[in-house]
Amino acid sequence: MKIVVGHLFPDYLNIYADRGNMAVLDRRAAWRGHELEVRPLGPGAEIRPGEHDLYYVGGGQDREQELIAPALAAMGDALREAVAGGAAALAVCGGYQLLGRFYRDQSGDELPGARLLPLHTVAGKQRMIGDVLLECELEPGKKRTLAGFENHAGRTHLDDGAEPLGRVLAGFGNDGASGHEGCRAGRVIGTYLHGPLLPRNPWLADWLLSQALAHRTGELPKLEPLPDELEAEAHAVSAARARSRGGRY
Amino acid sequence: MSRGSVPVVRLPLPLSAEILLARGTAGLSRVLGTGGGTTVPGKLLWKLDPGAVDRLAARLPHGSALVSATNGKTTTAAMVARILGPSRRLAHNHSGANLVSGVASALLAARDADLGLFEVDEAALPEVARRLRPRALSLGNLFRDQLDRYGELELLAERWRETARELPPEATLVVNGDDPQVGDLARERPGSTVFGLDDPRHASTELQHAADSKWCVRCGTPYAYSAAYIGHLGDYRCEACGHRRPPLDVLARAIELNGLESVSFELVTPEGTRRVDLAVPGLYNVYNALAAASLARALGSSVDSIQAGLQGFSAAFGRFERIAIGDRSLLVLLIKNPAGANEVVRTLVAGGAPRLLLVALNDEIADGRDVSWIWDVDFEPLLEGLDRLIAGGERAAELALRFKYAGLPADAIEVIPSLEEGLDRALALMSPGSELVALPTYTAMLGLRDLVGRRGFVKPYWEEAA
Repeated sequence: MKIVVGHLFPDYLNIYADRGNMAVLDRRAAWRGHELEVRPLGPGAEIRPGEHDLYYVGGGQDREQELIAPALAAMGDALREAVAGGAAALAVCGGYQLLGRFYRDQSGDELPGARLLPLHTVAGKQRMIGDVLLECELEPGKKRTLAGFENHAGRTHLDDGAEPLGRVLAGFGNDGASGHEGCRAGRVIGTYLHGPLLPRNPWLADWLLSQALAHRTGELPKLEPLPDELEAEAHAVSAARARSRGGRY
Repeated sequence: MSRGSVPVVRLPLPLSAEILLARGTAGLSRVLGTGGGTTVPGKLLWKLDPGAVDRLAARLPHGSALVSATNGKTTTAAMVARILGPSRRLAHNHSGANLVSGVASALLAARDADLGLFEVDEAALPEVARRLRPRALSLGNLFRDQLDRYGELELLAERWRETARELPPEATLVVNGDDPQVGDLARERPGSTVFGLDDPRHASTELQHAADSKWCVRCGTPYAYSAAYIGHLGDYRCEACGHRRPPLDVLARAIELNGLESVSFELVTPEGTRRVDLAVPGLYNVYNALAAASLARALGSSVDSIQAGLQGFSAAFGRFERIAIGDRSLLVLLIKNPAGANEVVRTLVAGGAPRLLLVALNDEIADGRDVSWIWDVDFEPLLEGLDRLIAGGERAAELALRFKYAGLPADAIEVIPSLEEGLDRALALMSPGSELVALPTYTAMLGLRDLVGRRGFVKPYWEEAA
């Protein structure tokens, strides 16, 4: 089966090894006999809802985010329609911030967001930098951890009733205070975790692939398990780092 | 003042007493086996009296010259040291201790120096420049590196801009014109020296993945490159506002790359042109040589002495260093960020990619605690012909994943976090007379050097001449 990924602004938003996430999706699809086709969506690209099974938005530095925020916000209506039709999305760091309502920088200027996630972000003085570990429960009763690295000045505030991606076990998370990290709205996931995220957290890569395949075929597939010893070892080291030296106030 | 009350006066130690005290700790640090004493004395002096650094530097009759860049600081400074060696007695932090404390230690150690030559950490540069008031400053390049420590590239560039503005009026600024953000600093300072490459035969048509400053520094439009050499370094222009590479004063043309062994080029300066044969490989060393030549020129060196010095240069500490281990040899190439590692890979592949490779990834502060950068390195060209990877260091498993997802079969990868076990395993896999290529991050490089040092194959770094 072919899975079509819409990679939003890959030339601008790619700072924290986002291509590692793409490589993991690509290989793990291929090992199950599926083909991942990645279509770059840059400035001026048109989003036709239904065309893409999964969207990916990476992280960028402030300058890159400023350069593309208006173009990404302008795609908001089409992206929301695509997601309402069952497409999945993963947004990391700067991309996560830009999927909210707005990002307000330190001088008070606001960058518009694409409004896929019920949140907004306000820049703080102190950057939140360090290893981080979360506990997630994307499916009821199935608790799993995500290990990564965060580096952000923005404090992200979820709307009342919004679902965080996970509970912070070690590290700062969305704002260093709420104990929450990331945001999940149906098949859309936003997070500050890079490192990159997917190589050492392959269960999330498989969850995203499953959602993308469900969008394509209409039913949730059963992905066969893969030998993930190296992934588990990398996860364990990263998780231990977060526990021993994750950021805290 | 009433009887009995004693005014509290903090008696400043004379500079000479502080120096004696601080120097003593270098010996202590070595005796205790905690290191080379390359930063401890400086840290102590720093604690005793931060202004002492300024006064020590002010004593140097020929002043100080500084080198900063994301990539190439240590090599560039070592090249300058080689050029100036015959005519100057240098205070030089040659082992790469490049924060204020490392500079202070080098000042303390070189008792009769007449010129200071310091490589300086990118983030420490503003403070070091303020204290040392250099007569020449070379700024090489800015790439994404240790974002966990430095924050974003733009912030660093802005601090460099302020540093360039605050240089003493008589100081010479040397910049790499091929880096848009760095080259732009010359515009505000007439008389700056701009260096760069002029040999589009060695350019790639596409920007590498790790290119950072791709957008016009003035208007944000993507640059058009007529030649992209390394990352975002090249001959660029903005088609919207006209911002372009400044004219070059010192340049390299007719470059001949000779695999892993060497590179030669024509060095063009306002004072004349010379053919230079470098004993180290790769385009990135041509950039280092141009920075060194420009800085030495600013310090009064002739074209002939620049040529002689560059040709006499072999390798800097841990950067392309060959160490004989019995009947085998170890080639150590430091990797620390995507742009630098890409050039190491490109050079290795040009020399015939190795079949056995030891890559060691640590995540201490000096390496960068965030290891995500390995995913931005183009390791893929190494995969062809690679039979076995020894993944070492504290984050060995992460490194193994990088190669696994690049397409290296999992059974070709051995995860051995211990440097000693990894090195021994690699040596055991080698045939006599062959060479092991090791790509360590900074603290892993120190660890590897320490290991082969303890086995008697290399001198400890603090005993080496600059």
